[in-house]
Amino acid sequence: MSKFHYLSDGLVKNNPTFVLVLGMCPTLATTTSALNGMEMGLATMFVLILSNIVISLIAPVVPDKVHIPVYIVVIATFVTLLELLMKAYVPAVYASLGLFIPLIVVNCIVLGRAEAFAGKNGVGASALDGIGVGLGFTLSLTVIGLIREILGSGSAFGFKLFAGDGILAFVLAPGAFLVIGYLMVLFNKYLKK
Amino acid sequence: MAAQSNLRNMVLCLTLVCLVCGGLLGAVNAITAGIIEETAHKNLVASIAKVLPEGGELSESQTSDAAGIDEYYVLSSEGAPLAYAVKSTTVGFGGDLTIIVGVLPDGTVYNTSVFAHAETPGLGAKCTEEESQFRTQFKGYKGSMKVKKDGGDLDAITASTITSRAFTKAVAQAVEFVNSLNGGSGNE
Repeated sequence: MSKFHYLSDGLVKNNPTFVLVLGMCPTLATTTSALNGMEMGLATMFVLILSNIVISLIAPVVPDKVHIPVYIVVIATFVTLLELLMKAYVPAVYASLGLFIPLIVVNCIVLGRAEAFAGKNGVGASALDGIGVGLGFTLSLTVIGLIREILGSGSAFGFKLFAGDGILAFVLAPGAFLVIGYLMVLFNKYLKK
Repeated sequence: MAAQSNLRNMVLCLTLVCLVCGGLLGAVNAITAGIIEETAHKNLVASIAKVLPEGGELSESQTSDAAGIDEYYVLSSEGAPLAYAVKSTTVGFGGDLTIIVGVLPDGTVYNTSVFAHAETPGLGAKCTEEESQFRTQFKGYKGSMKVKKDGGDLDAITASTITSRAFTKAVAQAVEFVNSLNGGSGNE
């Protein structure tokens, strides 16, 4: 058995959005367009990979009773790092995601993977798990964003598909719940074996 | 897996981790702070240029005590003011909404530009789309600074009345400020 399954697990079997149902707050809030969803997914993936790597390295020497505070400090450090770098080099992306970047700290996916996987596995496996779950999250968010953008604004990745405003509800919170609900049904019926 | 916990190794571990993380963040902050400031400054200069007519000389930043107006710039030619760029802040839907409003001395809006906002992506954040009907209606506008829902003539952004009101209020407050400036100096 190769290590490849760590990567594919994150995409389907452990898909953070449709199977683990973690990190719903940024999922609902940032998927108003495909691009926003994708950017948010990539930002989370960045933090996830780095925190998984570091946590898998330090886990054996961290005393059990303080492991959660230590993980949180590590995660918060990477999130702040990401925030500073984004502000400096891609201010436009930072402006569109704004508040949700610092909120990655409390994203259950990151701490969840640290706790459930990185703390118990080696560096290589943890890195692959970070990439897999990160990609799974990015893909899910992009798909949700794309559907909401097409239905709600009549465009895809910012390109106008048809004139007019679309169905406004899909840009608002109820649309997010609807789209996620239906996608979850389809996902669990056809993909999750 | 994890090591046994005792007071000594817990304190040691937390201190070490915090030291390393703090140091790393400090270093990155030292590198990026300059770049972030530079970007913000470049944005400000570009926003000001966008809301003012061409030509003339731009003054240094002037501070103001008026509510919601932190600073303003005067564009003048041979001592006579051509236009004012006013940085005006109101409370939007998701937090402070700061826009830069170019106002001609007679109180007509020349153009507007969003400087900082925390509006909802896909809704209120549409106020940043410069070609939108909501934004273009302010160009050359002079009159009642109210959205239609409040009995004015201005169209609001669909489903973003609060953002539209905040934006309109910020423009109104800038125009009022310029009028008070001119009124105060005796309309030379």
